[in-house]
Amino acid sequence: MASMRDIKRRKSSIQGTQQITKAMKLVSTVKLQRARASAERSKDYFTCMYDTVNSILKRVGNVEHKYLASDTEADAGTARDISKKAVIVITSNRGLAGGYNSNVVKLVTRHPDWKKEDLQIYCLGNKGRDALARNGYEVKWCNGDIVESPVYADAMALSAKLLESFAEGEIGEIYLAYTAFKNTVSHVPTLLRLLPVGTGGDKEDVSESASEGKEATAVMNFEPEDTEALDMLIPKYVTSLIYGALREAIASENGARMQAMDSATSNAEEIISDLTLKYNRARQGSITQELTEIIAGAEALG
Amino acid sequence: MADNNGFLLRIITPDRVFYEGQVDMVEFNTTEGEVGILPGHIPMTVIIKPGILNISEAEGERIAALHAGFAEILPEGVTILAEIVEWPSEIDENRAVAAKERAEERLHNKTQETDVARAETALLRAMARIQVLK
Repeated sequence: MASMRDIKRRKSSIQGTQQITKAMKLVSTVKLQRARASAERSKDYFTCMYDTVNSILKRVGNVEHKYLASDTEADAGTARDISKKAVIVITSNRGLAGGYNSNVVKLVTRHPDWKKEDLQIYCLGNKGRDALARNGYEVKWCNGDIVESPVYADAMALSAKLLESFAEGEIGEIYLAYTAFKNTVSHVPTLLRLLPVGTGGDKEDVSESASEGKEATAVMNFEPEDTEALDMLIPKYVTSLIYGALREAIASENGARMQAMDSATSNAEEIISDLTLKYNRARQGSITQELTEIIAGAEALG
Repeated sequence: MADNNGFLLRIITPDRVFYEGQVDMVEFNTTEGEVGILPGHIPMTVIIKPGILNISEAEGERIAALHAGFAEILPEGVTILAEIVEWPSEIDENRAVAAKERAEERLHNKTQETDVARAETALLRAMARIQVLK
């Protein structure tokens, strides 16, 4: 049986850890509330952007455009003969958030059709960069500061960079890997294709029935022309998706950390109560032993 | 077709809902020139250029500086998805004046590397800001 002193020392060390995890939980709860509020405030913009771009795309479905994949292309893989893919990976800068970072990284590493050589990783958040670089992926660009406090201009700069390499033919597809924020307890690692924008994706089928009534009555006009408008709209669309993903990812990060710290705190609680029991037993044991010794000594004298 | 009840104007930015309300008319600058939208407009999507946003409400007029984004116009309402839009109280005049001078100088002393399009947009933005303040 462990000595009383050992048990006591272990207990106080766990109590120290518990205090830290409890404090971290409180901090991330506050941060979560803030991140969630800002994610919700910006949500309007993205739903609007998504709906508008989708309704436009539906109308100009057959237009040949550098940012669009026509239906035939989608069936036969990509007609653009470029196998390079750019993946934007949004993770956090700090750990202790449960499976938050590794789940996003797994989206990339465990993807059945992707080869390591074909991928170029654009990292937002240092944890993702570390994990992917360790696995031998090509991390082309990384910025950890953006995740701390994202502003729209950051997303704009990143999307401009990506669109440029896309237009020059260096990359054939752009994906976005992030953690979608559903509610405080549920965060879903999500992989999204940004470009080429599919005109026959399943996502559109969902929204189709909802917007059909509106479509029938409103025939949209464009100023300037369709293709010219798309040239300007698609970059905005990509930017807003990146920005929205960033906002959601931050909310998810804090949610995940809050959960992880919550369970760490309750685990510590459990261990402490277990140790307290052991300690009391050891104490009782030593008292009994002392008594026995005294009685035995008195008997021997008498 | 046009009724006197106005229409619903929504101006949304990535970080907040900038404006939402019933208005009589809204004017802003687009790539095709300045436009004024009245109720019952045909459906149209336009791209925004830096300029003054003029909202005519029942109680009066409000102005703001609108810099980038696009607008979806429908007969029953207008939605402006703006990347940057500011009320006059949010504009820093000194910064705007400085930016204007900088842009003008860049356009004046053009070299091979000068990004003319960017300098022009910067100039338009600064001018919109200054005009809104007046």
